[in-house]
Amino acid sequence: MQAQGADEALRARYRYWVEAMRPKKPLARNLAWAFGVGGAISEVGQWVQWFFQRQGMSPDQAGTPTAIVLVGLGALATGLGWYDRLTKVAGMGASLPITGFANAMVAPAMEFRSEGLVLGVGAKLFTVAGPVLGWGMAAAFVVGLARLVLGVRI
Amino acid sequence: MTVGVKRVGAATFRLDGVYVAASGTAVGDKEWQGPLGQYFDLHWTPPPDSKSFEQEERDLLRRSQDVALAKAGLDWEAVDVVLGGDLLDQLVTTSFAGREHGRPLLGLFAACATFTAGLATGSLLVAGAGAQTVVVSAVSHHFAAERQFRYPVELGNQRYPTASWTATAAGSTILDHKPHPLRVEAVTIGRVVDWGQKDPNDYGSAMAPAAVDTILRHLQATGQTPAAFDAIFTGDLGEFGRRLALRLLNEQTGEDWSQRLDDCGRILYDRKRQDVHNGASGAGCSAAVFGGYLSARLDAGAWHRLLLVATGALLSPTSSQQGESIPGIAHAVAVVAEGG
Amino acid sequence: MTFVWAFVVGGLLCALAQLLLDTSNLTPAHVLVLFVVAGALAGGTGWYHALVKVAGAGASVPLPGFGYTLVKGIGEAVQEKGAWGLFTGGLEAAGGGIKAAVLFGLAAALVFRPRA
Repeated sequence: MQAQGADEALRARYRYWVEAMRPKKPLARNLAWAFGVGGAISEVGQWVQWFFQRQGMSPDQAGTPTAIVLVGLGALATGLGWYDRLTKVAGMGASLPITGFANAMVAPAMEFRSEGLVLGVGAKLFTVAGPVLGWGMAAAFVVGLARLVLGVRI
Repeated sequence: MTVGVKRVGAATFRLDGVYVAASGTAVGDKEWQGPLGQYFDLHWTPPPDSKSFEQEERDLLRRSQDVALAKAGLDWEAVDVVLGGDLLDQLVTTSFAGREHGRPLLGLFAACATFTAGLATGSLLVAGAGAQTVVVSAVSHHFAAERQFRYPVELGNQRYPTASWTATAAGSTILDHKPHPLRVEAVTIGRVVDWGQKDPNDYGSAMAPAAVDTILRHLQATGQTPAAFDAIFTGDLGEFGRRLALRLLNEQTGEDWSQRLDDCGRILYDRKRQDVHNGASGAGCSAAVFGGYLSARLDAGAWHRLLLVATGALLSPTSSQQGESIPGIAHAVAVVAEGG
Repeated sequence: MTFVWAFVVGGLLCALAQLLLDTSNLTPAHVLVLFVVAGALAGGTGWYHALVKVAGAGASVPLPGFGYTLVKGIGEAVQEKGAWGLFTGGLEAAGGGIKAAVLFGLAAALVFRPRA
């Protein structure tokens, strides 16, 4: 019964067991849900966009109102406590669409209400969405610069 | 009645004259509806006027302490020292409760091993320093922990199969120098064991080596074999962590421990029906499971001797983001049913 | 046809993100950042523009569409104002969604409690 000083060989075996015995994520199910829900949210987006195009907007012009409507739906679902349940099964199918972006802004805003409107809600609004906005802007800047230097047009 | 403490190993102490007077438990909805629901004292629901999850956690702790004192027939004035902890930064729950009860307070942090850290310290105070009545508490609140350690409550994310669900639970146990049916026989203070596991969604694999280390050290120091215990309960290893601990114990002792060793976090919920994957965790988990289910088994005579080895993952969100591995710790407390 | 492709492309992008999440050690935040950066790069090459033409919201609703929108906005601003457009462009095109999220977030904080 050796308690002291576990040797390196045992640790190595342990690391192997951890990998070998670790319960697997249900990959096939996760992918199916992500595809289905992600597709469905995009489909809703397409219908909303179609509605705005029917009002005489170009597909480009319809992009902004469509985004606003979807963000509104995502925010509402978050406020009612539905969106986290959807994401639990759909994973990236709910996180990747713009409704997931809304969830990432609204959830911390609601959460940190107890720390006040300025230092709670105001400060935490971008805790989750911040990385996406920051790196999205940085990447877009670099790409824009490269295109300017190389003289590429859209 | 002799009272005393004898050091029998590096940090293992054999105790005389330390008894469990009573335990009080309070748990949330999900825990109440789990398989152990009938063993808990209080089905706790958030007070309607609570303004935050942190306030709710404080209420939960207070309720478990009140129940324990009521069951022991004591009031706060009779308490010499309060020991305990929670998972929130700066132990706010435990400390803020202290401004209400006003008794001498020692806040402890050992993550989910806090309860046995408290039982061990409290037993030593009673056996070796003449304290007569010590209250040991541990509490966790699912949403308060979630927002501190992971994500905002309403933010969508998928849970990992190895992740455990922080229990909304509090357990308070009163240690006393006067004889009661349950006696604390020996304690072992654990050491930090870190075998390099880094996944913050998997505490079980980080803590299993610490649990095994403490169990083996305890048995070695007391000269007992696993057969001396009717049950050995680890803290919050969960399903995966328990399997790893069994594998490690088998490797190091050549014996199969699966009939003897189980885990508080593994049995608190119906893992399939309640969708909690690996099981429960949280400082309040082992405290409530001990005060509810495990004490009841000892009281009923189903078991004679129990080794409770709560385990803690000693990481912070910052250490995790900085890529540090997760140190584990486990403290052991042997409880024996006198005349059982 | 766009209505079919919207579902298929939107679903596939999400499934691809899920695959990356489940087979790597990346956190969801890392996957999201990766996809918005990928969207910006694909926008720069013109591929994403082609995808939006075919799949409509299937390409613009998932997060890479956000990266693409930023790049497109910058391209238009550079054409109008020259190099300064690198700094000013993009946010106007993406601003509707961001500002809506800010306003709805603030409103939700006043109206809803977590665990509603």
